[in-house]
Parts: sequence; structure tokens; C-alpha cells
Amino acid sequence: MTIIDAYSILWADLMVLKRRMARYLVTTLISPLLYLVAFGWGLGRGISVDGASYFEFVVPGIIALTAMNSSFNGAGTRLNVDRLFFKSFDECLMAPVSPLSLLLGKAMIGVVRGLISSAAFMIVALLIAPAFSVDPLFLVSLLVTCLAFAFLGVLAALLAKSHEDMATFGSLILLPMTFLGGTFFSVSQLPDALKFALYALPLTHSSTCLRAAALGQPFPWESLLAIGSFWLVFFVGCNLVLKRASI
Amino acid sequence: MQTMIKTEHLSKEYGGKKVVDGLDLQVNLKETFGFLGPNGAGKTTTIRMLTTLTRPTSGRVWINGFDGVKEATKVKGVFGIVQQHLSLNRELSVRENLDLHARLHHLDKAERKDRIDELLDYVDLAEYSDHLIEKISGGMKRRVMIARALIHRPRLLILDEPTVGLDAQTRRRIWDLIRRMNSDGTTVFLTTHYIEEAEALCDRVGIIHQGRMISLGSPLELRKRLGLAVVERRRGGDDTEYRYFPDRGSATEYVQSLLPGIERIVMRESNLEDVFVELTGRRVSE
Repeated sequence: MTIIDAYSILWADLMVLKRRMARYLVTTLISPLLYLVAFGWGLGRGISVDGASYFEFVVPGIIALTAMNSSFNGAGTRLNVDRLFFKSFDECLMAPVSPLSLLLGKAMIGVVRGLISSAAFMIVALLIAPAFSVDPLFLVSLLVTCLAFAFLGVLAALLAKSHEDMATFGSLILLPMTFLGGTFFSVSQLPDALKFALYALPLTHSSTCLRAAALGQPFPWESLLAIGSFWLVFFVGCNLVLKRASI
Repeated sequence: MQTMIKTEHLSKEYGGKKVVDGLDLQVNLKETFGFLGPNGAGKTTTIRMLTTLTRPTSGRVWINGFDGVKEATKVKGVFGIVQQHLSLNRELSVRENLDLHARLHHLDKAERKDRIDELLDYVDLAEYSDHLIEKISGGMKRRVMIARALIHRPRLLILDEPTVGLDAQTRRRIWDLIRRMNSDGTTVFLTTHYIEEAEALCDRVGIIHQGRMISLGSPLELRKRLGLAVVERRRGGDDTEYRYFPDRGSATEYVQSLLPGIERIVMRESNLEDVFVELTGRRVSE
């Protein structure tokens, strides 16, 4: 029943996404393509990192970034709008479904959006850089990344008291992670103290996993475990906040 | 008499302030109960506790015999609610909004289709089923919310200001719907700012003020306690004196005893608004 109820909640968001798919695909590609042009072709021309061209190096990072942004916003912004603008989230709270179904349903739309955005960018990236490889470890890393950031989005939306709170969360958490999470540079080249700080960011582990899988390097299992741990922490946080919401 | 809603010393505190204070309430099966009170009286908090959205600070609540805290999931299957604010997903169509709610209440595919078609006819919106919510009028949205609340055939329908902001014609149409639902066996619990709505629809009315129930009874009983006839002596400006009498005869005698020519005097039947003002010191709309 939990999975069926979660799907029911996801179904409504899928209907909205289906209606806007063309627009969504266009808008979701703009940001990663701009990063690709600016960092891959612009700044990175002629540079090589960890034995690969900078272009090949940066593509998996941008995929991690796309997965993060689309999953976070896909789940978080949707839930924020449902809670504070449409006020339709109360209807879900008053339906005979478990909190677990509610959280899964609300997070899954983030996962779906994250996977669609990443897939769209990957298709473009494969056309430009055919050396780039997508293997099962790459897909698992991508899926766990989407799950972790979708639940982070749900957590932020449950905590937010206004639309501005979501924007503030984006500015304080997501934006620094965008540039510091190993997307555009190799964390391994940094001093230990800074490296330690950057490994506290989930995006660093996502970039590391996706890059290793895409470039055929030894796979960092500890980073995959770290993303899974972030997912678990965000999931537990969502449960606690949802329980506290009923006071 | 069977009970649909029962509360015992129900209280809710926010920051040390009691918003609902020891509320004892009993709503009988198949009755239409009006819950009146000025803004901030505790109506919405009470509804949130009845619908499991808010946990009571103390006291207990039962819906159809189920404990509102310990058996919240069972309670959620008993009631349907039309909230005061628009709570539809505006990016979905009329049918999709109903479909979502039917799915959440575990109706199977065939049952969902039949029930949605039936309810769209019931609220006279069949031809708008594929319209997006953001494209239909306020009255239609309210009817969609009523249809949604009824999708799982709830035994209790909670209506929080069901006709607020609607024109008189649409309001009458919704009154007819509420009467039909009640005659079909649904218990109705409603809050309203429109006194004529409470008088037209409710078997009994409870008046809540500062978190406490201060009066309870049928509209006629409440009026009888105050006096069925009222004389207004308007002395100019805002200075109006109201005197209540058990019947028209005694009110007439009083009017005849007054010196003519000095004041404007109006004699009329009392209404729930008079009851409300005398008890709370405020008008229902305040």
C-alpha cells in the first residue's frame, strides 16, 4: 500500500510534468549547456586533468550538478508551491496515507525530473564527446544522487515558512556547492584541510562517482556510500520534520 | 442518539496562549451543525484538531468513535473537508484533482471513473471536467472542492466557510448541494460568517468565543433564550439600543409605552446575528 500511495502522489506531479514536458526539456538544458560552453570550451580549452581532456573531465561534473539542481528543485520547489501557494499539501496530510508514502511520493518527482534532465544533457554530451561512457555504476551513482538531493529538496520545503526561505536555502547551500563540489576541478589536487571540507558536501561525492564511472577510472565506493548516507540523513530529517509539523 | 463528533475538554495552546480552551462538543449523526465564532475564536484550530492536522495540547476527540490521535488513519477515512481557502492543484484539470483524491482514498480504477462522473454531474461540472483549475470561476472551484470532499463517500463533511466570496446565486446553489448531501445521510459540520447560511442550513449551532463554547442549541432555541422579538431604538449616530422580548405582543406593548416622535423605533424578529452579538459583543463578520 505504501508504494501504491506514493505512486498516487507522484502521479499528480507526473501529470503536470507531462503537460509541460517540451518546455521543461528546453529550460532544463540551458544551464548545463551554458556551463559546458563556458567551462568546457571556453576556460578549459587545452587543459587536461587526471589524464583526460578538461572537456571530458567537466561533463560528468555538470551531469552531477544538473542532477542536484533538477532533483532538489523538482521535489522541493513543487512541494513548497503545494504547501504554501496551492495549499494542496494539507489535502494529502488529511488523506489516509502513511507519512512514508507522502515523503516517497513527494521526493520521487524530484528523482524523475533529475533523471530526465541528466539524460537530456547526457544525450547532448554524448553527441559532443563520444568517449564519454555510461555504465551501470554511472547509472547507480546518478540515481543515488537524484534520491539524495530530492529528499534534501523535500526537507527544505517542509522547513520553509515562505517562498523566500527556499531561495535563501538555494543561495546558502546549493550555490556554494555548485562551484565547490568538485564539478569544475579535481578535489584531489587541493590541500588536505580544504579537501576534507569539500568532502562534507554531497555533490563532491556525486561528481567523484560519476566522473570515475564515465572516464573508466577506479570506482570510489566510499563516495557512493557517502551519497547513500546523505540520502539516509535527509530521509530521517524529512520524517522528523513531518512529525513535528503536526503540533 | 449516535454521535459523529465528540470532544472532551479539548484544548490547544500556542506559546502559552489557549486558542481552544476545554471544548466539549457533540455532533449527532446526520445532523447539520453550525460552528460560529468571531475571527480568532478558535474555529480553524478546532477543525485542524478534528481533521488530525493538529495534535491537541490536552483533551480528546473522537470522530465516528475513532480516537483522533491514536486512530488518525481511520479518522481520515471518515471525513471529507472543504477548506476555506482554495486548496486545489491549479495545474491539474478538474478531473485530475478528483482522481488524485480518489487514488489517495484507495478507490480502484473503475470505481474512480464512475464516482468522478457521478460527482461531476452532482455538482453540475461534467462539461468542465478537462478544464484546468486555473481556467474556471471561483464558484466552480468551490464546487470542485465539494465534489473532491465527497469522492470517498465520507460519513462526515466538514465545510470551513463553504460560500465565502461567492455571489448570492452560487451560494444558494451550494446550499442546495449541502442540503442534498445531508438528506443523503451525511453529517455536516460547517463554519460560516453568513448568519443566514447558518439559519438556513443548521439543525444546531454552537457559538465559540475566545476558545470556549458559550452557547449551543438550535437556531430557534438560541433565539428563544434571547427573545424572539427585538426593538431597536435608534437615537442618532451609532447609538442604538436593542431590547429583546419573548414574543411580538410584549414588544408591541413596550413600543406603545414609548413617547412618540423623539426616536426612530424598529420592531422585528430576532435572528442569530442578535444572539451572536449579545454573546460575543461582535458581529459574525468581524
